[in-house]
Amino acid sequence: MKMFRSRPWLGISLLVAALLVLPLVVDASLGRSWVRVFDFALLYVMLALGLNIVVGYAGLLDLGYIAFYAVGAYTWALLASPQFGLHLPFWAILPIGAGVAALFGILLGTPTLRLRGDYLAIVTLGFGEIIRIFLNNLNEPVNITNGPQGITLIDPASLGSFSLGQAHSVFGLELSAPHFYYYLFLLFACGVIFISLRLENSRIGRAWVAIREDEIAAAAMGINTRNIKLLAFAMGATFAGLAGGLFASFQGFVSPESFNLLESIMILCMIVLGGMGHIPGVILGAVLLTVLPEALRYVGDLQRVTLGRVLIDPADLRMLLFGLALVLMMLFRPAGLMPSIRRKREFSETGQP
Amino acid sequence: MALLEVSNISKVFGGLKALSDVSFTLGRGEIFGVIGPNGAGKTTLFNALTGLYTPDSGEIRLDGTHLFRRKPHEILKAGLARTFQNIRLFHDMSALENVMVGRHARTSSGVLGAVLRSARTRAEEADSRERGQALLSRVGIERHSQVLARHLAYGDQRRLEIARALATEPKLLALDEPAAGMNSTEKQSLRELLLSLRQDGLSLMLIEHDVKLVMGTCDRLMVLDYGEKIAEGLPVEIRANSKVIAAYLGAEVA
Repeated sequence: MKMFRSRPWLGISLLVAALLVLPLVVDASLGRSWVRVFDFALLYVMLALGLNIVVGYAGLLDLGYIAFYAVGAYTWALLASPQFGLHLPFWAILPIGAGVAALFGILLGTPTLRLRGDYLAIVTLGFGEIIRIFLNNLNEPVNITNGPQGITLIDPASLGSFSLGQAHSVFGLELSAPHFYYYLFLLFACGVIFISLRLENSRIGRAWVAIREDEIAAAAMGINTRNIKLLAFAMGATFAGLAGGLFASFQGFVSPESFNLLESIMILCMIVLGGMGHIPGVILGAVLLTVLPEALRYVGDLQRVTLGRVLIDPADLRMLLFGLALVLMMLFRPAGLMPSIRRKREFSETGQP
Repeated sequence: MALLEVSNISKVFGGLKALSDVSFTLGRGEIFGVIGPNGAGKTTLFNALTGLYTPDSGEIRLDGTHLFRRKPHEILKAGLARTFQNIRLFHDMSALENVMVGRHARTSSGVLGAVLRSARTRAEEADSRERGQALLSRVGIERHSQVLARHLAYGDQRRLEIARALATEPKLLALDEPAAGMNSTEKQSLRELLLSLRQDGLSLMLIEHDVKLVMGTCDRLMVLDYGEKIAEGLPVEIRANSKVIAAYLGAEVA
C-alpha cells in the first residue's frame, strides 16, 4: 500500500489497466455471460451513485428511484426503435433521456419535498409504481409504450458506422457486444464518479449535507432548502436516466417489469451496504450486489455435483443469504462496508472514527 | 432611520396568543435585549422575525426591506442572521465546514462550476475557506477548525454558531440565549465578543436570562410577558419598572 501512496499515479494506472483487461480475462476464464454481469455492475454503479446524492448526501429517502431509470430507458426505446419509426443517433438520445429523467425528478420533487422521512419514502414509492403502471397501460387508446409486451428491436448504440451491438475484430481480438458495452459503460461510470467527487466537496455538496443534518438550521443559514433538494432529486434522476438509456440500448428490449419496487430497494441496499455518502463504498456495494447473486447461481450446480440433486433452489438461497448478509451488516457494520469518515462518526457512540 | 422596524406583529397558536401586537425599533449599532419570564414569547418573536414561523399580522422592515412572511433564506439574505437557543450546528461537519455553509447565501457557484472547477469557483472556495478560518479566529476557536462540531466543548459550540451566523455577513445578528449553560468566565468573554462585534458596526438583538449580562451589555431592553410588550427602555429604567417586577415576581401591581 505504501508503494501506491507515495506514487498515486502508479496505483491509478494499474487500476485502469486492470479495468481495461477485465472483460477479456473474464471472457476467457468465466465465459461471455460474466462479461454481461460486469456490464450490469457498471450500470448499477451509475444508479447507486445517483441515488447516493439523494439519500446519502441530501438525506431524502427515495424508494421510487427506479422510475427515473425507467424514464431514461423508455426515452431511448421510443426514440430509437420501430415503435414510432424513429432512429435518432446515440449522442442525441442520451442527453434527451437524461434531461427527461431530470425533468421527472423535478416533477416528483416539487409537490413532495415538503414531506420528510417516512412520508417522503411512501410518496416516492407511490411515484415509482405510478410510472411502472403507466408504462404498463399506455398501449391504448394510443399505443405509446406497447404495454406489458414492452418495446423490442431497440437500436444498439453505435459510433458512426461502428455498431456496438455486433462482434468486431479489434487489434486482432475477436470482441463481442458485451465487451464494447463494457467499455462504453466504463466511460460513463467514470464520468458519473468524477461528477460525484467534484460535487461532494463543493458549495452545493455542503448545502446537501447541511440539509440532511438540520434542515431548519440550513434554512436559517440562507440555504434555499426547496431548490437545493430539488437539485439533488434532479441530479440523481439525471444519472438514472443516463443509465436507463444505456440499459435500453444494451438489452435491445425494455418492458415495465424491469422497473419494479424490488429494483429500487436493491439500489438502496447497495448504498447502505457499501457506505452511504461515500463514493468508493457505494461503488463497492453496487459491484458486490450485482456480482455475488450471480456467483450464487453456481450453488445449484454444486449441489447437483455433490448431492446428486438440487436440494435448495439457488434463487431462494440467494434471497436468504442476501437477507442474512444485510442483518449481519446492520449488526456489525451499520455504517456500511466502506463508510465515509463522517458516517463512521455518526454511528459510533464515542464519536471517534 | 432605524435598522429594524417591527410593528404590531402577532402570532396565534390555536387559541394561544403567543405574540400580540408587539412593536419596537432597533437602531444601527445598538445592542437590544429582549427579556421576559419563561413562555413570554421571546423565542417566538425570533422565529417570527427570521421566518421560521409565519406571523399572522404586522410589519417587519430591515433597512427598508419588507420581511413580513418572507422565507428564512430570503430574510437571511436581507441581512438578519440568528443563533438558536438549543444549539443547531451541523454536528457531523467540521467547525470550518459549518462556517463555510454560512457563506452559502453570499456565494453563487453551482453544479457546473463545481464539476468543471472553474477559476471563479476555485476563487470562491478559497475565499470561503479563508473567511471561515478568520471568523473562527474571531470567536477564538481557530485551533478547532478541523474538529467536528459535535466534539467541541459546549461554550465553543455556542461560539461556532456565532461564527457561522457572522459568515452570512448580517446587518443584524439575533442571539437566542447565547450564554445559556456558560460559566462566569465564559460569560465574560462572550460579553467582550459581543461588544467587539458592535464596535465593528454590527447591530445585535439578544434574548438572555442572565440579568447581569443583559444589564451590562444591552443599550436598551424590551420586556415581553404573555406575548405582550410590557416595557421598553434603558436597563436602569427597566430595573425600576413596577410592571416588570410584577411579571417576574408575580406581585400585584400597586
